[in-house]
Amino acid sequence: MKPAPFVHHSPHTLDEAVETLREVGHDGKVLAGGQSLIPVLNMRLAQPAHLVDINRVAGLDTITVTDHFVRVGATVRHAALQRHDDAYAVLPVLRQALNNVAHPAIRNRGTTVGSIAHADAAGEMPSIAVLTNAVMEVIGPKGRREVAAGDFFEGPLQTVLEADELLEAVRFARFGPSTRTAFLESARRHGDYALAGVGVAVDVEGEGSDAVVRGARAAYVSVTDIPVVIDLTEVVAGQRISSSWDGVDELVQAGIAPEADIHASSDYRRVLAAELTRRALTGAVS
Amino acid sequence: MTTETSNTTVEVTLNVNGVAHTREVEPRRLLSDFLRHDLRLTGTHVGCEHGVCGTCTVLVDGDPMRSCLMFAVSAQDARITTVEGLGTQDDMGPVQQAFVECHGLQCGFCTPGFVTTITAFIEENPDPTSEEAREAISGNLCRCTGYQNICKAVLRAAEIKREGANGGDGA
Ligand SMILES: Cc1cc2nc3c(=O)[nH]c(=O)nc-3n(C[C@H](O)[C@H](O)[C@H](O)COP(=O)(O)OP(=O)(O)OC[C@H]3O[C@@H](n4cnc5c(N)ncnc54)[C@H](O)[C@@H]3O)c2cc1C
Ligand code: FES
Ligand code: FES
Repeated sequence: MKPAPFVHHSPHTLDEAVETLREVGHDGKVLAGGQSLIPVLNMRLAQPAHLVDINRVAGLDTITVTDHFVRVGATVRHAALQRHDDAYAVLPVLRQALNNVAHPAIRNRGTTVGSIAHADAAGEMPSIAVLTNAVMEVIGPKGRREVAAGDFFEGPLQTVLEADELLEAVRFARFGPSTRTAFLESARRHGDYALAGVGVAVDVEGEGSDAVVRGARAAYVSVTDIPVVIDLTEVVAGQRISSSWDGVDELVQAGIAPEADIHASSDYRRVLAAELTRRALTGAVS
Repeated sequence: MTTETSNTTVEVTLNVNGVAHTREVEPRRLLSDFLRHDLRLTGTHVGCEHGVCGTCTVLVDGDPMRSCLMFAVSAQDARITTVEGLGTQDDMGPVQQAFVECHGLQCGFCTPGFVTTITAFIEENPDPTSEEAREAISGNLCRCTGYQNICKAVLRAAEIKREGANGGDGA
């Protein structure tokens, strides 16, 4: 099918984008990469009267790496962040997760910030936002505000963003030097939405085979309504990096509530998420 | 100020396969429909219109993208390459040549999306492993071939391109 008619707005500056959203946001949508929105329009699951296309807004397509975070602007494509070597060097979990986001043709157009604003529980980057304690930079008619990732997601496809607000950028916080990360997921084909996925951040003390785990956190894809972090520290602290991660299974399975669909039952997903967590922990520390 | 707003029709100029085309269209005109209906470039196929099948894939400034998930208005300023721009029957590009040699198609419905996707892939990775070749085409569906010959065609296309680059006889 084809989208219903809409008015297309193409602001060139952030001020114009904010002003346009103030005027039409209540009856419109932001158009970023369109890789989630245009399918919805094509199927006429939504018929917004206005689209505020942010692709030509100057200055939104930048990636900034500082001592504390990696800041990603609203029109940075998944593929640009995935290829960014400086971002990878300081926060490898970004690329580790982006390798699993859709297929190259979708990553070339879809934006990382758009996928976070979209808040699909099957999306990888909302989980990475909570795993890294990211900060959402929101701009709207009332000015700027910042929202912690943990407070941003309200439900499936629902965030605290108002209809007239724009997610200008996301700042993914860097981990300390002793933290190692990994991302693992299981999908029916590479690039498809995951049956279950997990990103882990493991804090390790010492080097080589003597190294000991101080703590670990894990964030999930496709097995919770909104991205959640499970703190695994109580069961992994003090374990060697050659650990078989006793106790992790129980903690993970108790902390998630996967839904069933034609691809997998809820129980299967729960077991899968726990197993992926153990493998990701091993992957991160080895 | 410079905010552009449009609801009825807009004049859209697109550079497709090196030629500039101007048409008056509604903003909701998908790039895929602009190519097929307005420009009559029917090499680009349309299957699902929600990004899943990949047959509508074109190159936007060299990068593969779904033309069913872009509006024509958004594609102005970009260089669009469709399967028609990648060779002719008498002068095929390396990927088209490899599809012929490896029998990489049956009905051909999926082929334009594979040809554009693989063209960009071997540009970035001139000597892929068969594992990488499989991953490169994981976003494109084919209901006929069973993919084996398409995977072979990816490797063969890379080979033809390398031979060409080394001054050998590419075709
Ligand atoms: C075939 C296919 C497979 C896919 N597989 C995956 C996958 O495996 N994993 C995954 O994570 N994603 C996947 N995606 C989705 C893809 O990652 C999208 O790019 C992403 O979800 C949305 O980003 P976008 O820039 O395309 O946003 P759009 O589609 O433009 O927008 C999505 C929504 O977010 C809103 N929005 C976007 N940007 C902003 C902003 N800056 N401020 C406020 N609101 C905003 C829009 O109004 C809209 O409601 C897939 C898509 C397709 C078509
Ligand atoms: S028609 Fe565009 S991906 Fe299927
Ligand atoms: S050859 Fe028929 S769909 Fe691929």
